[in-house]
Amino acid sequence: MILLWLVLIPLIGGAVSLVAARTSARACRWIAAGAIGLDLLLGISLWGSPSNARWINELNYAWIPQLGIRFHLAIDGLSLALLLLTFFLGLMAILASWTEIQERIGFFHFNLLWVLAGITGVFLSVDLFLFYLFWELMLVPMYFLIGIWGHERRVYAAIKFFLFTQLSGLLMLAAIVALAVIHRQGTGLFTFDYESLVNMPLSPAAASFLMLGFFAAFAVKLPAFPFHTWLPDAHTEAPTAGSVILAGLLLKTGAYGLIRFVLPLFPGPARDFAPVMMTLGVIGVLYGAVLAVAQNDFKRMIAYTSVSHMGFVLIGVFAGNQIALTGAFVQMISHGISTGALFIIAGVLQQRMHTREIARMGGLWETAPALSGAGLFFVMASVGLPGLGDFVGEFLVLFGAYRAHISLTAVATLGIIAATLYGLKISSQVFQGPNRNNWRLPDLVPREWVIFGSMMLCLLWLGLYPQSFIRMFQPPPANPVQNVALVQPIRK
Amino acid sequence: MQHLLWLIPAFPFTSAVVLALTGSRFSRRLIAWLGTASIALSALVAILTAAQFLQSPPVGNAWTQHLWVWMDVAGFRPEIAFYFDPVALVMVLVVTFVGFLIHLYSVEYMRDDDGFARFFAYMNLFVAAMLTLVLANNLLLLYLGWEGVGLCSFLLIGFWYREPANVRAANKAFLVTRVGDTAMAIGLFLIATQLQTLDIQELMRRANEQWPIGSGIAIAAAALLLGGAVGKSAQLPLQTWLPDAMAGPTPTSALIHAATMVTAGVYLIARTNALFILAPQVQLAVALIGGATMLLSACSAIAQRDLKRVLAYSTMSQIGYMFLALGLGAWSAALFHFMTHAFFKALLFLAAGVVIQAMHHDQDMFHMGGLRSKLPLAFWSFVIGGSALAGLPLITAGFFSKDLILWQAWAGPNGNGWFWIAGMMGATMTSFYTYRMILLVFYGPEKREISYKPGAAAAIPLCVLCVLSVLGGYVDTPPDFGGVPALSNFLNSVVPPLNEVHVGPITEIITALCASAAFAIGLGFAYFIYAPWRKIVPREDLLLRLWYSGWGVDWLYDHLFAAPFRFVVNRSASDVVDAIYTGLATLADRISLLLRVTQSGRIRLYATGVAAGSIVLFAVILFAR
Repeated sequence: MILLWLVLIPLIGGAVSLVAARTSARACRWIAAGAIGLDLLLGISLWGSPSNARWINELNYAWIPQLGIRFHLAIDGLSLALLLLTFFLGLMAILASWTEIQERIGFFHFNLLWVLAGITGVFLSVDLFLFYLFWELMLVPMYFLIGIWGHERRVYAAIKFFLFTQLSGLLMLAAIVALAVIHRQGTGLFTFDYESLVNMPLSPAAASFLMLGFFAAFAVKLPAFPFHTWLPDAHTEAPTAGSVILAGLLLKTGAYGLIRFVLPLFPGPARDFAPVMMTLGVIGVLYGAVLAVAQNDFKRMIAYTSVSHMGFVLIGVFAGNQIALTGAFVQMISHGISTGALFIIAGVLQQRMHTREIARMGGLWETAPALSGAGLFFVMASVGLPGLGDFVGEFLVLFGAYRAHISLTAVATLGIIAATLYGLKISSQVFQGPNRNNWRLPDLVPREWVIFGSMMLCLLWLGLYPQSFIRMFQPPPANPVQNVALVQPIRK
Repeated sequence: MQHLLWLIPAFPFTSAVVLALTGSRFSRRLIAWLGTASIALSALVAILTAAQFLQSPPVGNAWTQHLWVWMDVAGFRPEIAFYFDPVALVMVLVVTFVGFLIHLYSVEYMRDDDGFARFFAYMNLFVAAMLTLVLANNLLLLYLGWEGVGLCSFLLIGFWYREPANVRAANKAFLVTRVGDTAMAIGLFLIATQLQTLDIQELMRRANEQWPIGSGIAIAAAALLLGGAVGKSAQLPLQTWLPDAMAGPTPTSALIHAATMVTAGVYLIARTNALFILAPQVQLAVALIGGATMLLSACSAIAQRDLKRVLAYSTMSQIGYMFLALGLGAWSAALFHFMTHAFFKALLFLAAGVVIQAMHHDQDMFHMGGLRSKLPLAFWSFVIGGSALAGLPLITAGFFSKDLILWQAWAGPNGNGWFWIAGMMGATMTSFYTYRMILLVFYGPEKREISYKPGAAAAIPLCVLCVLSVLGGYVDTPPDFGGVPALSNFLNSVVPPLNEVHVGPITEIITALCASAAFAIGLGFAYFIYAPWRKIVPREDLLLRLWYSGWGVDWLYDHLFAAPFRFVVNRSASDVVDAIYTGLATLADRISLLLRVTQSGRIRLYATGVAAGSIVLFAVILFAR
C-alpha cells in the first residue's frame, strides 16, 4: 500500500492546499511542504529494505480486466533513487517558491504537487497503460505552471513544451498499443504488463519500429539533440519551481524510460542503434555546451548546460555496459541536484535583481558573498569537479563508453573543456569582476541557506560516497539491467 | 601512525570548510590561528608519521590506509585510500612544512585585506587538495586532488576578483590546465580499461607484465598522462597560464610555485615511472619538453620587468630541469630538485612579497633600486634564495640538486651531450637573470621611499627558508665529493635507481666545475650590464620583446584557438535546430491561412463543394471495384 500512498499523498495534498489557500497562503505552503516531506520520509523508509526480490515493494490490482490493464506499481533501486530525488527536489521547489509566487498560490501548489504525483507514478508504474496515464498526468499541470506563473514569453514556451511532449507521447502510445496487440496475436490475451512484455519475442523489424516509438517520447523528454529545442524556452520562461522540476525531474523521466523500457523491451534494436544514439549524445554534449557559452540569459544558459549533461546520459544508456549505465544513473541524480540548484540561484538572483541578463550582472561577490559562494559551488559541480556528484556520473559514463567506442568517447571528453568554458563564463561574469552597476543585494536568508546547504551536502555525498546509490542500482539476477550487461560491446 | 594518515589532508580541509562557512564572523586573530594551525597540525602528523616510517620501515616499504570504497561497478573499484611511501613522505613533508611557512607569512601579508577568511579558506583547501594528490593510492583519487588543486589556483589567482585582469588570469589558468586534464582523463580510461585497475602500484605491476616496451598502448598511456602533467606543471605547450597567474596575492604565488600545483606534474610522472619506462619515446619527449621549456622560459625571464614574472618564468625553467631529469630516468634527482626548489622559490616569492609591499605594490624592477640597506632581510633572502636558484657552488642547496641533474644529463642511461650542453646553457641564463634581478632591486640609487618593513610573522618564514635553502642540499651530496646521497638512496627504494653508463671524458667533478663556471659567467654578465654604478635603462629590441611576451605563444593561441571559438560562439546564440521547428510552425500557419479562405460564409460555395465532393465519392465507389 505504501506505493499507492506515495502517489496519493501529493494528489490529496495538492487538493487540500488548493482549498487552504483561500484562508491562508502560509497554510497552503506548509501543507504542500508537509505532504512532500511526508513522501520523502516514506521514500527513505523504503531505503535499505532487503532487495533480493525482483522488487522492493509491489502493488498489483486488476483495473480494466477486459483489456488486461492492471493497476500495477512496483519499486526497485532505480525507481527508489529517482523517487527520493523527486521528493527532495519537490521540497526544494516549494521552498524556493516561498516568496516568489504571490498570485493564485493555491492553484500553483495544486499544480506543483500534481506534477510531482505524475512523476511519482511514472517512476512506479510497471503497467504500460498506467505508465502512459501518469506520463500525461505530468504534462498538464506543468503546462499551467509555465503558462500562468512564467516570465515574458510564457505562453509561447508552454505551448511549445506541450506540443513537443504530446506529439512524441502519442508515438509512444501507438507503440504501447502495438505491443499489447502483438502479445494478443501470440497468446490470445491483451496485456500491458511490463514483465510479460519484456519476455515476449518480437520480430527484428517490429522491435526496431516500436523502439523508435518509445525512443521518440523519451528522446524529447531527455532531451536528445535534435529534439531539445523546447527545453531552453520552457526552462527559461518557467517560474523557479517549474525550472527545477523540469530540469531536475521531467528530463529524468526520459532517461528513466530509456533504462526501464527501451533497453529491456528492445535489446536487439538498442544494440543496433547504439552508435547512432551515442553520436546524438556526443553532439548533444558539445552542441549544448557551445550554445550555453553563447547565451546571455542566465536561465537559458543553464538550460543549454542541461542539454549538454543529458547528452552524457544518452551516451551512458546506449554504451552497452554496466559501467556506463551506472554512470548515466548517477549523472541523472546529481544533475537533478546541481542544475536544480543553479536554477534556484537564477531565481534568487532574478527576485533580487529583476533581470536574468548576464551582461547586467557582475561583481556580485562584493554584495552577496554567501550567495555567490553557493553559486560557484554549483557551477563547479556542473562542470564536473571531482568530489561532487556530476563527476562520478560523467567519469563512469565516459569510462564505460570508452570500452564501446574509443574515438566517440575522446570527442565526448572534449565536453570537459566545453563545460569549463560555460562554468567560467558564469563565475567570471556574474559573481566576479567589478560591480559595475552598483548592485546592493541582500545575501542569503535562512530559508535559502537551508535549500543550498542541503543541496551541497547531497552533491558532496554523491561525489564522495556514490557507492551508497550505486549499490541500489546494482541489479539482482532477474533485473532487466542484466540483459543490458549481456549486450556485447560495440567495436568501432 | 599509519592509521592517522587521513588526518594529514583532513586538518586543512576541515579548517577550509569552517572558514568558508563561518569565517566572516570570526575575528582576524581566530582566522589566522585556525588557518595556520591546521597546516601546522598536518605538518606535525606528517613529521611523526615520517619519523615512525624511517625508524621501522614497514614490509613492502609502504603503508596503505583504506578508508572506504569510492565506487564499485562491474569490477571497477577505486577506493578512497592513502598510500605512504618514501616518495609520498618527501612530498608530504615539503608540502606541509613549506605550506605552513607560507601561511604564517600570509597572516602578515594579508593583514588589511577584507577577504582575510576567504583567503585562508582557499589556501587551506589548496594544501588539502595537494596532500590528497600526493597521498592518493589510485589515479582517480589523485585526479580528485589534481582538479582540486586546479580549482584552488583558480580561486586564488582571481582572489582580487574586482579587477577584470585577475579574473581573466584565473580563467586562463583553469582552462589551460583543464585542457591537459582532459588528456589525462582519457589516459585514465585507457589504463583502467586495459589494466582493470587504477591502483598505482598495481597498475604499474600489471603494465610491466602485459605491455611490451615501446608498444603502442604503453606509448598512448604515457603520452596522455604527460598531457596532464604539462598542463599542471606549465611546460610546453601548455605553459601560458603561469606568468599570468602572478595576478594572485604573492603568498599564493609562493604556494603555487613551491609547494603545490606546478610540481604536481613532476610528481605524477615520477609516481607512474613504470609507464614511462615502458614508453621510451614518451620519456624522451619528457626530456625534450623539459629542456625546451627550461631554455625558452629562461630567455623570457631575462626580458621581464615585473619582479614576479621573472620568478614565474624561472619556475617554468626550473620545472623544465625536473622534467629533463624525469626524461633522463633520474627520478630521484627530479624529486631532489623539487625539494630544494620548493625551499628557495618559496623564499624568493615571500621576499618578493616584502619588496612589493614596500614598493606600494609596484612590481616593476626598473622602479626599484637601492633597497639593500632599507630591507636587509629581504636582501639577504634574495641573495641566499637567488644563489640557490643560480646554483652557487658547494654552499647552496640548488647547486647540489641541479648538479645531479646535469651529471645525469651526461652520464645517465638516456643522457647525451646535447642535454648536457642545454643544461649548462640554462644554468648560465639562470645565474644571469637571478643576479640581474638582485642588482636591479637592491643596488643602485634609491628611487622611492619604502612603505613597509616586515614584522615577525613575515621574518620567521624568511629566516627558516634561508636556512633550508642552504642546508637542504646536504641531504644528498655526491659520493665523488666524499658526500652521502642519502635522499637518493632513500628514494631509490621506490623509484628506479640512478645509473651511470656514459663514462667518458667528462666526470662528475668536471660537470660540477662546468656548472660552477656557468654560474660565474652568468653572474659576471649580470654584473657587467647591471653594475650599481651604471646608468640602467630598460632596453627594447625585437628579440627582447619576443622574449618578454613569452615567445608570442599567447598571441598564437589566441589566433589559433580562442578567436575561432569566439567566432562560433558569437554566431550560435540562437539555436539553428530550432529553425526547423519554427519553420514547421510557420508552414502550418500558412496552410491554415490557405484553408481559411474556404471558410468564406457564402452558401453557394459550400453547396458547390458538397456537390463536388459527393460526385467524387460516387465515382470512387463506382470505379474502385
